[in-house]
Amino acid sequence: MTTSLRTWDSDPVLTVEHLTMRFGGLVAVNDLSFSAGRGDITALIGPNGAGKTTVFNCITGFYKPTTGMMSMRPRDGSLHLLERLPDFIVARKAKVARTFQNIRLFSGMTLLENLLVAQHNPLMIASGMTILGVLGIGGYRTKEKEAIDRARYWLDKIGLIGRADDPAGDLPYGAQRRLEIARAMCTGPDLLCLDEPAAGLNPRESAELNALLLSIRKDDGTSILLIEHDMSVVMGISDHVVVLEYGTKIADGTPTETRNDPRVIAAYLGVDDEEVEEIEHELDETTGSEEGRP
Amino acid sequence: MEVFVQQVINGITIGSLYGLIAIGYTMVFGIIGMVNFAHGDVFMVSAFFALIFLLVLTSWFGIASMTLALILVMVVSMVLTGLLVWAIERVAYAPLRGSFRLAPLISAIGMSIVLSNFIQVAQGPRNKPIPPVTREVYTLWQGTNGYPVNISLKQIIIWVVTALLLAAFWYVVQKTALGRAQRACEQDRKMAALLGVNVDRTISLTFVIGAALAAVAGTLFLMYYGVVVFSDGFTPGVKAFTAAVLGGIGSLPGAVLGGLLIGLIETLWGQYVSADYQNVAAFSILVIVLIFMPQGLLGRPEVEKV
Repeated sequence: MTTSLRTWDSDPVLTVEHLTMRFGGLVAVNDLSFSAGRGDITALIGPNGAGKTTVFNCITGFYKPTTGMMSMRPRDGSLHLLERLPDFIVARKAKVARTFQNIRLFSGMTLLENLLVAQHNPLMIASGMTILGVLGIGGYRTKEKEAIDRARYWLDKIGLIGRADDPAGDLPYGAQRRLEIARAMCTGPDLLCLDEPAAGLNPRESAELNALLLSIRKDDGTSILLIEHDMSVVMGISDHVVVLEYGTKIADGTPTETRNDPRVIAAYLGVDDEEVEEIEHELDETTGSEEGRP
Repeated sequence: MEVFVQQVINGITIGSLYGLIAIGYTMVFGIIGMVNFAHGDVFMVSAFFALIFLLVLTSWFGIASMTLALILVMVVSMVLTGLLVWAIERVAYAPLRGSFRLAPLISAIGMSIVLSNFIQVAQGPRNKPIPPVTREVYTLWQGTNGYPVNISLKQIIIWVVTALLLAAFWYVVQKTALGRAQRACEQDRKMAALLGVNVDRTISLTFVIGAALAAVAGTLFLMYYGVVVFSDGFTPGVKAFTAAVLGGIGSLPGAVLGGLLIGLIETLWGQYVSADYQNVAAFSILVIVLIFMPQGLLGRPEVEKV
């Protein structure tokens, strides 16, 4: 079945190998291996409690995984082992950005400021640790202007340019979600990790989100890894779907392949264990062996 | 009337100093939720830095211009105090970040004792005087009963320096990358880190900025009173902390407002009621405000994070 070379095999931007995360006796992620292709939109799906967010937390340096290796290859050709990096280096050097399931904007700051915080590092360097910037020496003003232009570009793209100076907390829910994505993009990431970006959006907003994600991939060349329950988003835009259940990977392939995978169907519809065994049995008969599966 | 105006002038002067110190408390509390009890003693140490450097400048180098000396002394004191506090933060507070809430508080109290005892041993337990920086006094108007309303050059210097410094500080917090990072860390440290902000360094710099402002207050304090002693960190420190709480801890304009109010209350109380009970008055006002406005005058009500 694995005929053509897939991006995630030939040119992965992120490779997760044998990732395990234990919290005391609870195994949240169990020996998970998968890759996200460069320029792909990769969806990580699975029922509630499958360990998807834990995977994200490991990738972005929130948690130190119990075992496993996560290699990130940004466009500049460097290689970063994410499990060894402190959280702010993950964003700065490894170029991974993320959003959260619950919105975590800096609600007291304006939209523009939210996007400028995301460009903190180049600005901090340009301002000579603030001292030169306050004195007006050096290229701080040009850099600041560039940063503002970039922020305005993103505000324009998400349709919030008119509210640049309002506090972020005043925005309606759907706009806050878009702002979070724009803020993550302002860090200039090579991998954008989105935790349920479509949660709580109405169908129109959800369609807008799809368009935004596709344009991010097209215009910025950023690879996207997303956790999503909204199947219209998953099936509509993703190139690659990884399915988790109880912290273990149960399927990995193109959207069409995973959609028709009996184990995925079983995991989502909720079937008894015996029935899963039955299905697996049928599966072995139809596909020959376990190794033959994608 | 003349007496009242005179006391208001005096109150604003001392209140400005409280305000400068209070900013250090309120910023640190805002960003890591810790009360830095060593801040008052940092203020006292900065006055000693100023004292030593002023004597070096005037007696060794023979700098005659007091204005120049004062500016140099202030800058040196800011730098040295900043370095000292950076070291304190690395040694005494940073390792305790993420431990239980009381740990850094106890550590800060320890640091406060270390600083004041060190100065007591190194500089002696007596008042250390400096030659008067200026004796210039301007009479604003002569009252009908012969009582003049005066403002001294020292007071004008304190007002002007405080105003300039607050303006510069406001610019840093509102308009620079560092200020934005500080405000971001205040709201959500984890998220700030995920956007590439070095949270640890931002916290250190917050301490250093607070220390630099306290150093300015220390230098001005030394210039105003002409003496400093090892125990001078305690009362102004506690009053500045009171000012920060009164204004609403975490709020920068609140710290300045609180400082001015405390300064005014204690001078007016000293004039009209009883000079012996000045401190009682300042703290009683705090108690009353906290009973009726627990968030302080300009503080935001606590918002639970989800």
